[in-house]
Amino acid sequence: MTDHVVLRVIGKLMIPFILLYGLYVQAHGDFGPGGGFQAGVIVAAGIILYGLIHGVSATQRVVPARLVEILAATGVLVYASVGSVTLLLGGNFLAYGVLDPHDPAHGQHLGVFLVELGVGVAVASVMLAIFYAFAARAPVTPGPGGR
Amino acid sequence: MVLLLFLLVVAIAAVVQRNMLAVVLLFGVYSLLSAALFTSLKAVDVAMTEAAVGVGISTVLMLGTLSLTTQRTNQPPRRAVLPLLVVLATGSALVYGTTDMPAFGDPAAPIHHHVAPEYLVRSIPETTIPNVVTSVLASYRGFDTLGETCVVFTAGLGVLILLGSRRREEQDERDQPGEEVVVR
Repeated sequence: MTDHVVLRVIGKLMIPFILLYGLYVQAHGDFGPGGGFQAGVIVAAGIILYGLIHGVSATQRVVPARLVEILAATGVLVYASVGSVTLLLGGNFLAYGVLDPHDPAHGQHLGVFLVELGVGVAVASVMLAIFYAFAARAPVTPGPGGR
Repeated sequence: MVLLLFLLVVAIAAVVQRNMLAVVLLFGVYSLLSAALFTSLKAVDVAMTEAAVGVGISTVLMLGTLSLTTQRTNQPPRRAVLPLLVVLATGSALVYGTTDMPAFGDPAAPIHHHVAPEYLVRSIPETTIPNVVTSVLASYRGFDTLGETCVVFTAGLGVLILLGSRRREEQDERDQPGEEVVVR
């Protein structure tokens, strides 16, 4: 689909904003609507849009399938290890207050941020992994990404 | 109300339509309308998810599936009386059930008197997170959300195991001649 100038230009125009919006939703989940899951699917949708326009092989050069699989596990691991750290610091599992002994509220913010980051990374990578799995099955179109 | 009417029209169109490509696109429209509906109900979080997953990702996945199969249904449309009766009976029972529900936004509704007030009161002093939805999801219900993340991860894992990836297929192709040599 790289031959379609309109798609390419509009995609180039929109994808950075979609990714930026995803990051905003990720980081701003404490204060406004959003959070890890929403951010993850928005980022994944942006990358999938890139994949639709430029072909899957071009996308996999930016975000390799191997990286996606590793990141999917890393996201869950980040979440679970925040819980383990709070256990080691003497609190309950996922009780973020102990992350900052001087200011439990700050610990809460830190914990929620890390946990949401884990969710975001995991969700985005899983969505991309599923997209890659489906795309790998599709009959190979003479790849615009191959060029 | 207008949105609900649109939803109904799109749903009927999706049922009647025989061309699968059109059905997939109608489902996309349905999701977009749902997202607009969620926004009008002030559930922006859900609307974001619906717009990204329902309109974007799942439509792309369904289109990918269509490119692997065919675009038309093989079964000719049939007149099925019994299923229609079952659906009508279930539907009217559900609609009858909604008449007993509290009005939308009713402050006396049971859902607003369980743990919700406690969360609203305790969230900001305890966590200083202004968005109570986030503090409930990530802090008070952190263990549940960990479980949800694991579910998403497991689902992705399942798809990867079922569909495999092109990389592994290439590896298999590379491995096979090697095995033949060994057999000989």
